[in-house]
Amino acid sequence: MKRWRINGAIYLGLMVLALVFIAPILLMVAGSLKPDARVLIEAGSWRALLPDSVSLQNYGDVFSRVDFTSYLLNSLWITGCVVVLGLIVNAMAGYAFARMQWRGRDLLFGLVLMILIIPLEAIAVPLFYQVTLWGWRDTYVVQIVPFIANAFSIYLFHTYFLGLPRELEEAARIDGAGVLRTFVSIIVPNARPAFASVAILTFLTQWGAFLWPLMVTSGEAVRPLPLGIAAFYTLPPLQWGDIFAFGVMMVAPVLLLFLVFQKWFVRGVAATGVKG
Amino acid sequence: MTRAAWLFAAPALLGLLLFVALPFVLAFVLAFTNLRLGSPLPLEFVGLEQFRRIFSDPAFLRALLNNAVFALVVVPVQTLLALGLALLLNRRLKGLALFRTLFFMPVVFPLSLVSVVWVLIFAPGANGMMNAFLETVTLGAWQPRDFLHDPVLALPAIMLTSVWQGVGFQMVIILAGLQAIPGELYEAAAIDGASRWRRFWHVTLPQLRNTLIFVVLVTTILAFRLFDQVQIMTQGGPRNATTTAMYEAVQAAFARQQVAKGAAITVVLFLIVLLVTVLQRRLVRQEREIA
Repeated sequence: MKRWRINGAIYLGLMVLALVFIAPILLMVAGSLKPDARVLIEAGSWRALLPDSVSLQNYGDVFSRVDFTSYLLNSLWITGCVVVLGLIVNAMAGYAFARMQWRGRDLLFGLVLMILIIPLEAIAVPLFYQVTLWGWRDTYVVQIVPFIANAFSIYLFHTYFLGLPRELEEAARIDGAGVLRTFVSIIVPNARPAFASVAILTFLTQWGAFLWPLMVTSGEAVRPLPLGIAAFYTLPPLQWGDIFAFGVMMVAPVLLLFLVFQKWFVRGVAATGVKG
Repeated sequence: MTRAAWLFAAPALLGLLLFVALPFVLAFVLAFTNLRLGSPLPLEFVGLEQFRRIFSDPAFLRALLNNAVFALVVVPVQTLLALGLALLLNRRLKGLALFRTLFFMPVVFPLSLVSVVWVLIFAPGANGMMNAFLETVTLGAWQPRDFLHDPVLALPAIMLTSVWQGVGFQMVIILAGLQAIPGELYEAAAIDGASRWRRFWHVTLPQLRNTLIFVVLVTTILAFRLFDQVQIMTQGGPRNATTTAMYEAVQAAFARQQVAKGAAITVVLFLIVLLVTVLQRRLVRQEREIA
């Protein structure tokens, strides 16, 4: 009886908390489906969280007011390149640090660990100056290339590869496979969780990137979605229904990936905590 | 072997060298010059001049204060909230996975989008969602305020926005920490007749120590990196009430072309991050020595 009551209290508390947590999301989704004027009128009541009429008008308006497709394609291209190239480059480095014997390895790995603590913000200004000198501003390259190599990804791969059994490689080597073959056909398939974690963390960071694109792009041609919504939100007339429709379309791909690969998202994030 | 290893590591090392190490060194060099983009003045070393300037700039001092206040409020609030949620979810009950999903969901939302949505939540007037909510829970005692233009309330509004978006991240890390605690410890404590509270105090907390230190470290550093929310929700206003070190750095380097000043600000930012990290390593090591 007592147990039942405790569980009931826990469920009740969780439900109240859950409502608080999803209220802003409901506000956005419901607002995207109703006429612009109603969003502001209803913002002060619980009706704001529920769609009273369902219309895709706002979604159409987004496309007619700004070039949403361009923002979306830019985001997909930039994020896709950073994730794919990052997986290849950082996994190979992580493997070299974890499983190969070479001179300078420990010293270099120590340096990688030191670089790990430098956040982008601490180098944004000189990096901005650097790419300005190179004439890289307003390009895709400037939003992709600097973020491919990533100390934290190398660290995660390194940790994971260290935990793989040695026998895997020895069997391959006896079969006469070279280092690259061993890596591609033996190590990569056995390290899926590490690849999934790194891919998801990189994807989340890049999809939301705001500071760097803001600094290095000025034209709309190469700007990604986060800059798109910031610009759209200040574009008169202020129409909240349209802004929320933009928001829903911007987060939908991430949310979809999250709901399908939830286990990996949670593991990827939890992996960041192992560091302590 | 060495050659193959170098080939494996080279692309990543080259990237880190060009896009992290080089700008990092450059930050320290530029901060001691008078560099301005498009300036006709010759480039020269000016010693500590840029640092003297930023530390006598009221906007930058206010920015550091705002970062510190943000950290002092958000770090304990967010960590305790994340710990509370993780403890609630760390049991065998049906349907808890659904709640974990809900609490984690905001983490996948880009901060730019979160900021825009919360601008509407903080809309002025009785029709604003936050105003209406506060009026309901205070039974009408709350007078509607214009949060984002209010010198006192603007920073707390940004804090709340940030906690909503970020707490799920911390929750998942703490949850992983909780699940790594060996069950035997609780069994032993139960045999000793330890109460629920004592088990939490003497088993859970000490076992969770490193995880909690890590969470505090990450949240503190995030507080000093604060930028997106400020740029979108308040542009540092009203009257610098929400400006941050990073906002000032971007304003200097980007809006006013003062690259050297911006570099000096980011050097200060890095030193703060370094200090926090060293402190965390110390705390973790101490614990290992005791154990």
